[in-house]
Amino acid sequence: MVMEIVCPAGTPAALRAAVKAGSHTVYCGFNDETNARNFPGLNFDRTEMREGVAFAHAHGAKVLVAINTFPRAGDQAIWHRAIDDAKDAGADAVILADPGLLDYAARAQPGLRLHLSVQAAAANADIINFYASAFGIKRVVLPRVLSVPEIAAINAEIEVETEVFVFGGLCVMAEGRCSLSSYATGLSPNMNGVCSPASHVAYQDDRGVLNARLGGYTIHRVGKGEPAPYPTLCKGCFSAGDQTGHLFEDPVSLNAEQLIPQLQKAGVTALKIEGRQRSKSYVAQVVRNFRSAVDALEAGRPMPEGMLARLSEGQAMTTGAYKKTWR
Amino acid sequence: MELTVGANQFFWAAEKWRALYDDLAELPIDRVVLGELVCSKRLPFYQDQIPEAVAALAEAGKEVALTSLALVTLKRERKLTAALAEMGVMVEINDLTALAHLPRGAGFWVGPLVNVYNEGTLAWLAGLGAKRVCLPPELPLSSVQVLARAAADLGVAIEVWGHGRLPLAISGRCYHARLHKRGKDNCQFACEDDPDGLEVRTLNDQPFMAMNGVQTLSDSYACVDHQIEKLVEAGVSGLRLSPQSQGFARICQSYRDRLDGKLAIGAVAREARRIAPETRLSDGFLTGESGVSWSGARASA
Repeated sequence: MVMEIVCPAGTPAALRAAVKAGSHTVYCGFNDETNARNFPGLNFDRTEMREGVAFAHAHGAKVLVAINTFPRAGDQAIWHRAIDDAKDAGADAVILADPGLLDYAARAQPGLRLHLSVQAAAANADIINFYASAFGIKRVVLPRVLSVPEIAAINAEIEVETEVFVFGGLCVMAEGRCSLSSYATGLSPNMNGVCSPASHVAYQDDRGVLNARLGGYTIHRVGKGEPAPYPTLCKGCFSAGDQTGHLFEDPVSLNAEQLIPQLQKAGVTALKIEGRQRSKSYVAQVVRNFRSAVDALEAGRPMPEGMLARLSEGQAMTTGAYKKTWR
Repeated sequence: MELTVGANQFFWAAEKWRALYDDLAELPIDRVVLGELVCSKRLPFYQDQIPEAVAALAEAGKEVALTSLALVTLKRERKLTAALAEMGVMVEINDLTALAHLPRGAGFWVGPLVNVYNEGTLAWLAGLGAKRVCLPPELPLSSVQVLARAAADLGVAIEVWGHGRLPLAISGRCYHARLHKRGKDNCQFACEDDPDGLEVRTLNDQPFMAMNGVQTLSDSYACVDHQIEKLVEAGVSGLRLSPQSQGFARICQSYRDRLDGKLAIGAVAREARRIAPETRLSDGFLTGESGVSWSGARASA
């Protein structure tokens, strides 16, 4: 079977572009704190969601709705309503991380297909099987801490489908278990759906040297004319012991394009692209490239090479944890 | 309000590890969580000391639990997690993986690295047998209040991260090994020289974080000294103190005295600074600001 391309859409225009470019599936979220890309100007209101799902279905594509932040105590109703509304909009599945929310969805919307979000960081077969028996999840998005052989071993022990990230931003920490951002800024992926938020970023020109600060901490410094990466905390430049550098991760993005054949052999069902904050033209281009790669694989043709390098905006690429040496 | 000593987050030599628990048996604390939380490679160095430490603490009247690993990926780690359920000691889960192995109906504790953000998750865990929950350190007081109320109805005791470097992240990658240009599988135990983690500073030389193998901690030591009255009022039943290499007995004692009304607000923070004058303190997660913020800075201004 052709591997399923799962593509992000931050806007209705990006959804239509992704579907037209050949994405089998699109994932998106409501325009509030219920999803982990809660950025100004992004995401779907209720009407847009209904129309987006209808458009995708008319073109043979699926829509997954990410409701993958952790509901705030006392305000769970906002998240419950998002699940009910995703079902009403005709979503093919919801992507959830919080056990309480999975419990609600399984009870209140028994017909709704549940995917376990990467934010749940389910990193072994035991916990995946546990989620499957507790809530009936049908697919797990694997955290970015596993090598390809480990993914193969997991697939040999579970019944549910696996989806893995192949392109875009890369979390270095186990997803859904990181509060670096709220430590520095007060806003976190788990609670607010943002990481290293732009509202707390400041660039400061100091005699030809550009300092990038996040929440008062200087975490990048580049000379004039050099590309200034966005100051994401885990990819910042720090000192420890007698060393200064990117101690956690270099400012790289993930590209596992060349690993697609191995991922298929490892039993992976779906390939996920990160980036609901990306433009529709970016999304369309990435989808076309990945679609041609999985179609080539299916037809037994060689994989097209290095198509996506120019889309990474000058950033270095990594295959991340898929290769064991990354650890 | 009771005091729980959480699992030691750091890699200490076996003698130092054992000395901590000998000390704790004598201290005015109510319960102890021990075992390996951060990295399964550390466990063989002190594993054979665990049964004696558990017995000594129980003998001294402390409740004891063994922690699960915070991130379970390898086959060896899955086996370790499964074996926890067989030890005949209470288990504190710090990764939901442990749930898959606990016998149905067995009571368990939930540690600070499990994402209990809301009443739904709390009720779900209570339904599976959770008896105590240490909330994630990231939660603001407003969430703590709601969860403590819900927990009372469920018969679950709520703890809050009281003192110690904050566990901010866990990863598949070992940063200590990376710093030494090694991989995790060939780390040569690069973390053993940093009994409180290795300080990570910004480009402006500001202390910011601490690396501890696959874990990343805050530079600052969380300290709930200024929040204790609010936590009591919210119905929180325990504070969690995280072991540190220097002066930990004094930290435990000063929290006990503070809770018993023998010390005034600010005294615990002063004691922490007497132990290590450079210590930076924080309680910003509880106050709902950035986690690094510190009420004591305003109080003393």
